[in-house]
Amino acid sequence: MSQLIGVWVAAFLTLCIFSFLYRDNPFFRFAESLFAGVSLGYYIGIVAVNTLVPNLINPLFGDFGANAHLLIPLLLGLNLYTRFIPRIAWLARISLAVYIAYYIGINMVQKIQGEIVPQVGSTILHPIGGVMTPVDNLILIVGVLAVLIYFYFSIEHRGAVGAVSRLGVWFLMLGFGAAFGYTVMGRVSLLIGRMNFLFIDLVRITGQAL
Amino acid sequence: MFWKLRLPLALTFIVGLVPIVTFFLSTQAPVIGPAVQFARDRVERYMVIIAGFALLLGVVSVVQGSVRKIERRRPGWPFAASLLAGLVVMGAFGILSAMRVGPFQGLLTAPDGGMTPFFWMTRNLFNPLQAAMFSLLAFYIASAAFRAFRVRNVEATILLIAAFIVMAGRTPLGEYAFGWLPGGERWLPAVTDWIMTVPNAAAQRGVIIGAALGAASLSLRVILGIERSYLGTTEK
Repeated sequence: MSQLIGVWVAAFLTLCIFSFLYRDNPFFRFAESLFAGVSLGYYIGIVAVNTLVPNLINPLFGDFGANAHLLIPLLLGLNLYTRFIPRIAWLARISLAVYIAYYIGINMVQKIQGEIVPQVGSTILHPIGGVMTPVDNLILIVGVLAVLIYFYFSIEHRGAVGAVSRLGVWFLMLGFGAAFGYTVMGRVSLLIGRMNFLFIDLVRITGQAL
Repeated sequence: MFWKLRLPLALTFIVGLVPIVTFFLSTQAPVIGPAVQFARDRVERYMVIIAGFALLLGVVSVVQGSVRKIERRRPGWPFAASLLAGLVVMGAFGILSAMRVGPFQGLLTAPDGGMTPFFWMTRNLFNPLQAAMFSLLAFYIASAAFRAFRVRNVEATILLIAAFIVMAGRTPLGEYAFGWLPGGERWLPAVTDWIMTVPNAAAQRGVIIGAALGAASLSLRVILGIERSYLGTTEK
């Protein structure tokens, strides 16, 4: 019974969303706002189950003496919410500074070590040989340099720089075109999934239940 | 001034250096090894907890906005009520699942093999709503492509040709449509692969390297206290 109710709820909400194809209407807006609320609730559940309970609540209630140091992140975390009390809103800056600083420090290391160095290395280390032909390698190197020059705004894009920058735009358009194609395919496959649900799963599960 | 600006900036500098410095130091080092280990394990755990609280900050803002809208009976307030209903029910199921109260035994399957209420909501509300919402775009892609193609310049043409080849080369319909051409069943996937592995890879690499350089320099600006907008101030 629970499964039957579930598929009919899912079918109703799917049709509410698709009703937007006709025009904006209260059914679509209901489903849209419900989606926003359910999404936030979903992330509350994920954060509670995966982060706060195993890392904070369970250790504190399990053995407070050994885990009393966890009061530090607890207080810093709660302190973030002082921003909603105008008189002491500035206190939240302390927690925000700690939180932002740590992740921005990690981000800096990750970007340099995990992205810049490997990407530059893969581009220039094996210009001849490797899995690609020398011509493809040359196109790859020229493409990367052209795109980087397009993103370099400290000099005016005129003359030779302008020409290379234009080439960079063409490479970018090829990349965006490929990404566009993949996005279209992804969204169409989602649509096929929803249609399968409405015309196959819904009918099958309803038939089994009746 | 000290509490409101200098202290947060000093904390940003000190805490921001922790992951950078510990990255270059070994936990086996004679004197500083234990400190490095402490910083890696304990500080990281602290930050995961604070990140959990930070993620929920947005929820408070949304609840405040929705409650205000309902109280003042602003246009569209019933939709704010449906948002709050979804948030409260799903959020409550999530918290009860975390505390393992009654039938709320975790996020997925219950010990008896059945669905937990949180999973029921995920499967029958969250997933269908998400998939339907994103699949709506499939209907608008055609008109977006038409608008892009109307801009008759080289860049738009390159974009559309690449998109068309990738879509045709990665679907059975494309193979079917071009299969009648001599070698059509081979060249289309080959051209698609070439676009993906050479010019597309070049563009993606350029974007990744450029964005990573920008992100790393922004990180440095934040740690050094030059960039302060995250504190909600531009005070010197």
